[in-house]
Amino acid sequence: MHIVYPVVVSALLFSIGVYGVLARRNAILVLMSVELMLNAVNLNLVAFDVWLRDRLHSGQVLTLFVIVIAAAEVGLGLAIVLAVFRTRRTVDVDRLRALSEYAAEYAAETGSGGGDRDGNGGGNGGGEAAT
Amino acid sequence: MIAIVALIILLPFAAAVAGLLGSRVGWRWSAGRVGGGSRTEPRDLAAGRRAAWFAVTAAAVSTALTLWLTLRQALDLPRSVAPLRPGGSGFWGSFLPGRVEGTLTLVETGSVPISVSLRGDGLSVLTGILVVVVALAVQVYSVGYMRGDPRYPSYSAFISLFTAAMLLVVYAGDLIVLYVGWEIMGLCSYLLIGHWWEDRASSRAAVKAFLVTRLGDVGFLFGIFTLGMAAGSFQIDDVLSADIPTGTLIVATLLLLMGVAGKSAQVPLQTWLPDAMAGPTPISALIHAATMVAAGIFVVARLYPLFLGARPTLDVLAVIAAIGMLGAALAALAQDDLKRVLAYSTISQLAYMAGALAAGVGVAAHGDAGGVGRVGGDQAAIFHLLSHGAFKALLFLCAGAVIHHAGSNLMSRMGGLRTVLPVTFWTMTIGFAALIGLPPASGFFSKDAVISVIEHSNGAAQPFLYGSALLTVGVTGAYAARAWLRTFFGPIGVRPPPVPRSLSRSLPRSLPRSMVWPIVVLAVPALLFGFAWLWLTWQGGVGSGVGWGVDWGSAAVSLVVALLGAGIVYALWRSDPAQDPARLLGPFRVPCERAFYVDSAYAALVARPILRLARGVVRADAQVIDGAVRGSGRATMGLSGLVRLAQNGNAQLYVTGLVAGLLLIAVMAAVILT
Amino acid sequence: MTSQAQPGFWPPSGPEIVFLLLGVVALGSALLVVTTRQLVHAALWLVVCFGALAGGYLVLTAEFVAWVQVLIYVGAIVVLLLFGIMLTRAPIGRSADLDSGNRWAAAVVGAATAGVLVSAVVSGFHAAYTPLEPGRGTAGTLGSSLFRTWVLPFEALSVLLLAALVGAIVLSRTDIGARE
Repeated sequence: MHIVYPVVVSALLFSIGVYGVLARRNAILVLMSVELMLNAVNLNLVAFDVWLRDRLHSGQVLTLFVIVIAAAEVGLGLAIVLAVFRTRRTVDVDRLRALSEYAAEYAAETGSGGGDRDGNGGGNGGGEAAT
Repeated sequence: MIAIVALIILLPFAAAVAGLLGSRVGWRWSAGRVGGGSRTEPRDLAAGRRAAWFAVTAAAVSTALTLWLTLRQALDLPRSVAPLRPGGSGFWGSFLPGRVEGTLTLVETGSVPISVSLRGDGLSVLTGILVVVVALAVQVYSVGYMRGDPRYPSYSAFISLFTAAMLLVVYAGDLIVLYVGWEIMGLCSYLLIGHWWEDRASSRAAVKAFLVTRLGDVGFLFGIFTLGMAAGSFQIDDVLSADIPTGTLIVATLLLLMGVAGKSAQVPLQTWLPDAMAGPTPISALIHAATMVAAGIFVVARLYPLFLGARPTLDVLAVIAAIGMLGAALAALAQDDLKRVLAYSTISQLAYMAGALAAGVGVAAHGDAGGVGRVGGDQAAIFHLLSHGAFKALLFLCAGAVIHHAGSNLMSRMGGLRTVLPVTFWTMTIGFAALIGLPPASGFFSKDAVISVIEHSNGAAQPFLYGSALLTVGVTGAYAARAWLRTFFGPIGVRPPPVPRSLSRSLPRSLPRSMVWPIVVLAVPALLFGFAWLWLTWQGGVGSGVGWGVDWGSAAVSLVVALLGAGIVYALWRSDPAQDPARLLGPFRVPCERAFYVDSAYAALVARPILRLARGVVRADAQVIDGAVRGSGRATMGLSGLVRLAQNGNAQLYVTGLVAGLLLIAVMAAVILT
Repeated sequence: MTSQAQPGFWPPSGPEIVFLLLGVVALGSALLVVTTRQLVHAALWLVVCFGALAGGYLVLTAEFVAWVQVLIYVGAIVVLLLFGIMLTRAPIGRSADLDSGNRWAAAVVGAATAGVLVSAVVSGFHAAYTPLEPGRGTAGTLGSSLFRTWVLPFEALSVLLLAALVGAIVLSRTDIGARE
């Protein structure tokens, strides 16, 4: 088995994930793209584990860990997305502009009634989750 | 001995410090700031009392010490101690042979060292007597004159400071030390002219005096530098004995002359003195008649050998003096304000002293030639300085009393005061007699000495100077007689009901004793100083071979001229007492009253162009420089606005940039590493 | 390009053909995930992508990882995502605005990423070859490795999961707000 096959697949998959993170508006789609990137990493880990014949199986064990962490991340990320949705009535990443210099204008634009402070926190959280 | 000299200077200085810092100390914790006029009034009075004690005590002790020093110098020391120095002041040496010197420390400057030194010799001691006596009289007078003024403590402290500064000038042994005193005097003059700074005229006059004298002081300072560099020392003795090339000497003395003209209100820079009369009258008496304005004359006398070596400077001085004495006397004839009459008279009399100096007759030259009965120009000038200091201070203090009573400066509001103010009338009569130069008074002898010196001078401008001096004698008689008649005789003028300024706000109508006594005391030297001088100089003349006497020929001429001037005015006044005798000037009256439009000319030639320039600078500053600053700010804001577009809060855009940058770095690293 | 000790790229062996086919499926479905206009379809294409990747793991002899992938990714995570889609009341069906205005920059950056990564790995690993030997990734070998060597990270990870659990609960509950 040429290692270059799984590695190239993994690189392409990662790039697709990057595109998804950067191009999608919906926070859940962004989360899916993050999962794609994680899977690309997993594929890499497995391929190198096979290639290096690691006696500790560190590549595959690490893959398992990443899968677990991905599960935790998706759980938390979805919770954050839900929190944002509760306060802003939207999960569109490009409308969460609390980081902007004109945060107040954007807040008025998105029409969030109360809890601007909460909204800011949610916006920040959403941004972190997206990255 | 030098400690005594130092003490004489330091006592008024200490009084100034104590007066400024200590007058209100006791009251700081007592009442607070709650009370209105009723509570601050006694506090001001108490502070004023304390300040008066400080000031008068220091002035009195200084006076006593100076008199003691004079006696020691005149009597105790043997004559042989002070030999006649060539070109030096032999006359002082014969009369006051003693000479004390002391140097506190030598300040290394890298080139010419400055020695902090004092010296007391005949010239210093004589001038010092004048300073402390007038200062004491003025301090006592001010206690009554300024009663109730809330700023009396600072006022008296500034007078003390001024006294210390003037004494420093007089006793300085080093040109830089002299200059320090010179500048402090200017500062005190500014502060005291502007004592009633709420009045626009006062503060303007103070600024004008400060700026005009400062103009001269620049030249003065550079003159000192020139001398110090040429002589390699700032010590007055070294400078006097140094061998300085004539060209340097002429330049240096001309520069010094700028400062002298500024301080002594001589012709190109005389305009500040009449305006300075906006200050309190005792200040006019002390600073602007007796002492500070005489400092310029004193400095020339102090450095007289240098001036004798620079003939062109003396010629310039002669022209200045000739123009100044006649012009100022004519201006005095036309003024209606009594204090301005006295101010122009001061300029005129100072020009006399300058004229005597410009005559340029050195004592040593006479001594060598065996001339008897004549004196050096510097001695005549100092003689006139002393007698003028006495009688002009007297005149100003009397004028203060008159103004206080009449409630106005204007002579048209006075008249007929002879019966109301008998003491003032008699003392002022003595003062005017001395000013005109009537025989028994001191002015007769001193003015005679001056005119005699001018007559026998051999300078290039001698005829001009002599003619001007004689004419001025006549005009002096005229304006003195006019002021005397208009003030004390004739119909009682229209009195304004209230007195405008704080001047006599709380003064009682009758003169307080503290104002009467200084007048009476000053009247004595104004009347008799001439005789004392004659006697003393005769005593001194015996020893040194330099005689002294009255030059009866020139005295008779000047007396006749003076009486002629006074007589014309009297005749005019007799014809109609209600009319101003100044009408004898005819069409020249208005130019004379405006002092020949010198002020307007300066305003048009100097003040207004400078103001216009200043406005231009302000505009340039506001539009060009501030515009550049604001423009750069605005440009930065505009440019940053472009960058701010990226700061739009879209996290995806940020991440895009982040990843793109990461890729660029990776590519660049790969390119560089391979 | 190829050394004597290893076979060349052409002709590919059987496992390689299978892996490449699965990889094409995975990449195609991933592309659909990030380009589709229907939110639910994206989740379903994600299932296809993950399944294809699980197949790839199988080919690479990592059978336990493949089952875990199927169980957790396909079984748990995608279901979770679907729940998220439903809870945020996303529109079912086509929606025009799933891509942001950033997409052209994103496309450029993604392509650049692909170019950089692919060229890097190709230049780095074009000569790497290993024969596949079954049995390396069985549940037994992996389990013994996990509970011998990796037991400490494993426990730490369990604590992390617990923390994530608590965090998700706190974030989701509306009655626990910020302290006033």
